[in-house]
Amino acid sequence: MIASRTQVALIVGLLLLLGLGLTLYKTTMLGFPLLPGEYRDVWTIESKISFQPKDEPLTVELELPQGLAGWTIIEEHFASSGFGFSVRDSDGHRKARWTREGLDRPTTLYYKIQTYRAAQASLPDRRPRPVRPPRLEPDQLAAMDRLVAMLRERSAGIETFTELMIQEINRKTLDQDVEFLLGTYQADRVTIMLDILASAGIAAQRVRGIALEDGRRRQTISSLIEVHNGSDWTLYHPETAATGLPPDFFVWERGDEAILTVVGGQGSSLEFALLRNTLPAKTVMAMEHRTREYALVDFSIYALPVEQQGVFKTLLLIPVGALVVVFLRLFVGIPTSGTFMPVLIALAFIETTLLVGLLLFIILVGVGLWIRSWLSRLNLLLVARVSTVVIVVVLLMAVFALGSYKLGLDQALTVTFFPTIILAWTIERMSILWEEDGPHEVLIQGGGSLLVAVLAYLVMTTRVVEHLTFNFPELLISLLAVIILIGRYTGYRLSELYRFRDLAKPK
Amino acid sequence: MIRLISPRELARLGILGMNQRNHGYIGRYNRRQNYQLVDNKLKTKAAALANHIPVPELYGVIEHQFEVRRLDALLAERTSFVMKPVQGSGGKGILVIAGRRGGAFIKTCGTAIGASDLRRHASNTLAGLYSLGGRTDHVMIESLIEFDPQFAQYSYEGVPDVRVIIYKGVPVMAMIRCATHRSGGKANLHQGAVGVGLDMATGRSICAVQQGRIVDVHPDTGARFDDLRIPHWERILDFASRCAEMTGLGYLGADIVFDYHKGPMLLELNARPGLAIQLANQCGLRHRLRAADRIAVEATDRAERVRLAQQRFGVACDA
Repeated sequence: MIASRTQVALIVGLLLLLGLGLTLYKTTMLGFPLLPGEYRDVWTIESKISFQPKDEPLTVELELPQGLAGWTIIEEHFASSGFGFSVRDSDGHRKARWTREGLDRPTTLYYKIQTYRAAQASLPDRRPRPVRPPRLEPDQLAAMDRLVAMLRERSAGIETFTELMIQEINRKTLDQDVEFLLGTYQADRVTIMLDILASAGIAAQRVRGIALEDGRRRQTISSLIEVHNGSDWTLYHPETAATGLPPDFFVWERGDEAILTVVGGQGSSLEFALLRNTLPAKTVMAMEHRTREYALVDFSIYALPVEQQGVFKTLLLIPVGALVVVFLRLFVGIPTSGTFMPVLIALAFIETTLLVGLLLFIILVGVGLWIRSWLSRLNLLLVARVSTVVIVVVLLMAVFALGSYKLGLDQALTVTFFPTIILAWTIERMSILWEEDGPHEVLIQGGGSLLVAVLAYLVMTTRVVEHLTFNFPELLISLLAVIILIGRYTGYRLSELYRFRDLAKPK
Repeated sequence: MIRLISPRELARLGILGMNQRNHGYIGRYNRRQNYQLVDNKLKTKAAALANHIPVPELYGVIEHQFEVRRLDALLAERTSFVMKPVQGSGGKGILVIAGRRGGAFIKTCGTAIGASDLRRHASNTLAGLYSLGGRTDHVMIESLIEFDPQFAQYSYEGVPDVRVIIYKGVPVMAMIRCATHRSGGKANLHQGAVGVGLDMATGRSICAVQQGRIVDVHPDTGARFDDLRIPHWERILDFASRCAEMTGLGYLGADIVFDYHKGPMLLELNARPGLAIQLANQCGLRHRLRAADRIAVEATDRAERVRLAQQRFGVACDA
């Protein structure tokens, strides 16, 4: 017994030291802050270039972003195995070029950056190029002239002209001339807008960038319109006509040149996977300056591809949830239905937010129980019955999502984040419990599970916890030690202090 | 305000907590490979018979879904019987049929159910609804205990059973569990059955507890628990001790019932016996477990262990 005790002590000590030591090293030597201070939203943008190669030498050129409007690029990474690769600077442009003799199957190239907006700067001033009217067919030209005349008549300057034009092109019932132009142009609306501006003699250009959305997988490039009013540039959104740079818009390129050119290939596309990490400002600084110096930074979660980072963001919270469960079961003694079911429910709560999640869970389980009580009359075999409950749960989710969407309640859409199978088993178990031990026991176990889930959720969403798990995954090693230690706890549970309370009185 | 007892007070009383039970006793003295004999009631039955411990008669076993159809034939001549999962836990899935009326089966509580309900119960059991961890299971059907009329007043709609905790072959604590209306005829304390602590020396009642509260009379029958005395007390302790030897488990709960004709019988064994027995006895297990450690060393055979347990764990000694 003593041997086992020393063994445990040794292992626990070692794990604790290892985890804490690594953390200490990262904080003192690499400047990762232990406590979350000021935060920055660091976006990881993974660009995916895909195309079908033709049977000839291949050249892919990508215009690289240059960190405009306060956006700072912390890290750049290219994936180019099997390709000749170079990055060139020429007259204010940076271009990455992949080359290859020939290729026989569709291929994907990757370019990943980490960036954050260091300052809320606007785009630098630059002199507009002389306006050149577009080259058009005669009938297009006539329509264009009429349109420009109409807009001029109703506007009082360059600003109102631009706004009016954007509104006109985005209207539901289009003006005849606009409809004609849209129909005959082989280009997107932004091109038409730029041509209209050019026809009116207004200096304007396109600004390409990415509308950032956390967790978005297949975002495409979007454009803003920049208009020069004689002294300053103003940005316009081509749909809403809102001015200025939208808050989460990463500026990739300013000007009309194409971002991606593929020679020797066809059907090329450029898509982006996006992920936001809210990081302490100091960490960002550390990453900015030391990426190349220390291998350990490269060994952190940030080195992973975007999609995996997103997965790890939640994955790393599970041990914390498990710790909460271990604590509540062994020290407090709260009865739950299914040992780790509350952790999974808590993970769902993170997506749905707490109140909505609680409401959805209670309604789902409630309706599920009701349907299940009806099912028990059908006399089905267990596996079939649980499968039926699974299907019922999925259907309920669909009904929920649809119903709430029609009612305009977007939040209920997050119902899909609940783990279906776990819900089905919870319903099945609760239903049996109801039959065997009565509704009282169902309330106790259901309430216990929800309480544990809520507590786990509260701990998991604490800023410090999110910060520590994601920035210092090595702390998991120490967490492991703590759980091993708790596993050796043989003292009383809080619930037992209540259960045996009457023994205190002398008989 | 919720009233709690201080951990120090609990430790002074020698109350065994769940964590310590799991870690210090079950985890340490019950080896996994020995669980089979306890968790599988058919194996328990066979081993008990081999060790000359009487058990309720086995009427039949259903192992596969297609056999469920033969249930009617199997039960043709039986008016009363008990259906239970072979590997059930916590008293789940036990169906007690006390009689028949026409084609219907009458449960102990008086409710009539049909043959299709019996078949459904069997299917559910086979699918693993009542077994530990949801493993597929078998159904066993055995004789219903005809309980001793002297216990009739202490139990309502169900058979009372004596639970004995045996540690290292030494019986350390015992109680009788009496079914109530609230417990639905089941002898499980958490479902509302009354637990009556028993004097290890004599088998007399010490005190009775329902849902953690002390009671003097049975809530349904009004019988006073003061007068309760278990017959064949030495034999019961001997059975219990014998069970420990037969299973090789260091910490064990044995459930023993009384048949009017055949006397005490082993109903089932439990490798993870609950802690409520301490409430029924108003006494902690830890001091007794420590004393049992010494008895296990001192005593050479079973009779000696039982004798020392009776001597040292009697009410007079605990006070």
